[in-house]
Amino acid sequence: MKMLGAILLAWLALAAVLPIPAWAEDPAECRVAENLLEVNFPLPKVAKAIAGKKLKVLVIGAGSSTLPGPDGARKAFPARLQNALKEKMPSVATTVVADVKLRQTAGDMVDEMPAVLAANKPALVVWQTGTVDAMLGIDPDNFNAAINKGVDIIRASGADVILVNSQYSPRTDSMIALATYLDDMRWVALQQEIPLFDRFAIMKLWTELNTFDFHSAANKLDIAQRVHDCIGRLLADLALGATKPAESLPISGGR
Amino acid sequence: MPPVSTERDLRLDLFRGLALWLIFLDHIPSNAVSWITIRNYGFSDATEIFVFISGYTAAFVYGRSMREHGFIVSSARVLKRAWQIYVAHVFLFAIYLAEIAYVAQSFDNPLYTEEMGVLNFLRHPDVTILQALLLKFKPVNMDVLPLYIVLLVGFSPILWLLLRRPSLGLIASAVLYALMWKFNWNIAAYPKGVWVFNPFAWQLLFVFGAWCALGGARRLSRWAGSPVTLALAVAYLVFAFSIAMTWYFPWLAVYVPHFVGEAIYPIDKTNLDVLRILHFISLAVVVVWFVPRDWPALKLPIFRPAIICGQHSLETFCLGVFLSFAGHFVFTEVSNRVATQIVVSALGIAIMVGAAWLLSWYKKLERRGPGPRPPAAKPGLAGGDT
Repeated sequence: MKMLGAILLAWLALAAVLPIPAWAEDPAECRVAENLLEVNFPLPKVAKAIAGKKLKVLVIGAGSSTLPGPDGARKAFPARLQNALKEKMPSVATTVVADVKLRQTAGDMVDEMPAVLAANKPALVVWQTGTVDAMLGIDPDNFNAAINKGVDIIRASGADVILVNSQYSPRTDSMIALATYLDDMRWVALQQEIPLFDRFAIMKLWTELNTFDFHSAANKLDIAQRVHDCIGRLLADLALGATKPAESLPISGGR
Repeated sequence: MPPVSTERDLRLDLFRGLALWLIFLDHIPSNAVSWITIRNYGFSDATEIFVFISGYTAAFVYGRSMREHGFIVSSARVLKRAWQIYVAHVFLFAIYLAEIAYVAQSFDNPLYTEEMGVLNFLRHPDVTILQALLLKFKPVNMDVLPLYIVLLVGFSPILWLLLRRPSLGLIASAVLYALMWKFNWNIAAYPKGVWVFNPFAWQLLFVFGAWCALGGARRLSRWAGSPVTLALAVAYLVFAFSIAMTWYFPWLAVYVPHFVGEAIYPIDKTNLDVLRILHFISLAVVVVWFVPRDWPALKLPIFRPAIICGQHSLETFCLGVFLSFAGHFVFTEVSNRVATQIVVSALGIAIMVGAAWLLSWYKKLERRGPGPRPPAAKPGLAGGDT
């Protein structure tokens, strides 16, 4: 087993150290390994909205979808996503609305979803959740059910979904048992055939590459803002990648 | 295999010791070295090994006690052991409180306002500490000892049954496991949710270990030693390994047929998924095949460190939990380079071995020491902990 482990470790190290700069137009610091943004599932509603030159995105999230401070909302990833989408598609009228409420579990968000969706009528919902559930130790079965229910509600409203999982937070790593909730979201995404923005894996890779220092205990708002900017850009890349025709999707096993 | 062996089965100590090392490595978050642990290559992990062997040794020690001194005396001993583990758990909780209080004081990163919510319980220490003493509030990675406590508290009746009607005892345990799945039984946790290791589920592995110790292993040996079983076990391990690879290389996932994914996921650790049990049993079959009980190499010095850790499992486990806190602390405060992670992991294991060695030494001193000591007391295994 150890031998195998060593081979695997070497393989993985190689994959992690040589990230393929998938999206050359983004700032260098935002780049991640290509497989982290691999698109397995299309977003037909988004494609249709872009064809119609009008795209509305709704971000549903909790505390990690915003930043503290007076211009926190403007610097957080929902606003940065809007910025990136506009940059990449100047001819499409794009708006991103954020419905962010602190300390909400997936179940809480699902309860409010029908009203929020009816009020905004988005073509795409970016749903960030998991951390609050992990901190409260919500029964994984209930969490799983809530995610599935939420995805069903969003789809029934006529929108596509992208799930966003927890942040990688080294300092609280030993206090929040994220693993089950991360796995759960990855699994629901696969099962429901929707893209997952693996924020945890991406931020972890940034740590390994020394792109950002997430260990810092200090109050460094500028780093937090740069991280959110990258997340917004990569989310835009993921969303647009998923609207391209199937033949341009990365073919599995290509490496 | 002789029916009642007087010599301690070193394989139990060896694999329990190894399991304790793996648990330590897995408990340090973001530890590169934890890539070598078995949970990355299949469905089960070191917890299964630990619980099974703990059941095995508990039956060995308290089974003998129950035969010789009766139900009341042996039950009293089991409960005393549960109390010791409870005290150890509370001690670990105190260390955890110290760590989290430190982090709460020094942590102020705007990126993590959401995650800092986990420190909120410090605002209500009255409730939280009480809930921790009731084993309802259990910080991350502190779930194994409460499970162990509950398993021991309920152990005497099932041991009584296993000594008289071994098969019936095992069936009773399996029925409880099945009922748990049917009715979703678990113990409530604080502030929300349920126990991470559902005792109604994990008792099955503990009782299975006990059953094996009380003659079940002998009855199974013809079946478990057959090449067909070995082939099945290896095939299952290969299957689990292939599935595990898709977790790390998502592009492999497309090769997993849809119905297979539907059938196996989610692989439930809380309720000890059947896939995990099968994986553990397959591992055990392979290990027993290649490592016979009287394998001379077991006495070689290179296995000695793991064996002595396994012989002092409670102390080593607690030390491992503490060291994983400390290791994580080094990663966040000093350096999280891979080289540091390797050094911290190796050093942690060395400290565990050193402490276990020290405990063995104390035990020898006590045996040799002055004062009258009944000669019949605790030869070998009975003196070992469970």
